[in-house]
Amino acid sequence: MLDDYFRQYGLIAIFLVVAVGVPISMLAMSSMAARIGLRPNKPTDVKSETYECGVEAIGGRWELFNFRYYMFAILFVIFDVEVVFLYPWAAKFLQLPLFALIEMAVFVGILVVGLAYAWRKHDLEWG
Amino acid sequence: MLVQDIVFWILSLMAIVGSLGVVLVSNLFRAALLLILVFVAVAGMFILLSAEFLAVVQILIYVGAIAILIIFAVMLTRDVQRGNLPNRMHIPAAVFAALLFTALVAVAVDTKWDFLPAEHQERVELVQVSAVTIITDEVLNDEGLSLQEQEEIQESGLADLLISDYVLPFEAVSVLLLAALIGALVLVRPDRGTGRG
Repeated sequence: MLDDYFRQYGLIAIFLVVAVGVPISMLAMSSMAARIGLRPNKPTDVKSETYECGVEAIGGRWELFNFRYYMFAILFVIFDVEVVFLYPWAAKFLQLPLFALIEMAVFVGILVVGLAYAWRKHDLEWG
Repeated sequence: MLVQDIVFWILSLMAIVGSLGVVLVSNLFRAALLLILVFVAVAGMFILLSAEFLAVVQILIYVGAIAILIIFAVMLTRDVQRGNLPNRMHIPAAVFAALLFTALVAVAVDTKWDFLPAEHQERVELVQVSAVTIITDEVLNDEGLSLQEQEEIQESGLADLLISDYVLPFEAVSVLLLAALIGALVLVRPDRGTGRG
């Protein structure tokens, strides 16, 4: 039982190692190639500019965030907390009686009122 | 158990190095990123303790919500890259941190850690895992538990508690979240009349 449990997370650990390892090894191989003279090194102004999906970047790295983003962050945090309650319910959904569905509908319904309020008050619009 | 020991030490190292980084790195934004690393390491610890749900909550709330709020607070502040301005709070901060550390260690040492007998331990782990996952009847049969015990384990999950004993608190939580949402929006919304935030 518990062996199965740890085996599942072993899989996640392998994914993590690959995900972290690939970019690091790419950078490491690149700098190794430069050291042994395999990779030419001719930096120009254009090359060392900040890359932003091909568009010319405006401003530096440490731009001040627009204050309006904060509104969306708060909305996100509230619904993130909601997910904590949805999670155990969803994991056992098939075993639960119909009452669980109704109860969760009420729970989500009350929170939708908050979303409707934000929408109504134009908090979801930009500008 | 050897693999789990190795994983435990890797996670501990991540958490300790990360926390040291949070305190020592002067760039606040990078300190926030290191704090996320510490949160992830703690989530890994929860998984090692087979407390899956706590690990999920740790990722959702700490890595998701709290880290986002911290990063937003940092990015809404000017002169992030210069870090904290020098001040004279070093000594009070050191004293307070030492006191807090002493209190935490004292509580950890003072607590009576009851280790359950092996067959009991197995039950508890089953209950913990069943909190958020469906354990099929075949698995419980393999564990050699009586029918009544199997039923108890199946119904010990969080979801079952949310629809039986804790219906009202559960719905009250949604009202609380609604109040928090509306309150936060009212506080944050720019004042349209004066044009000031």
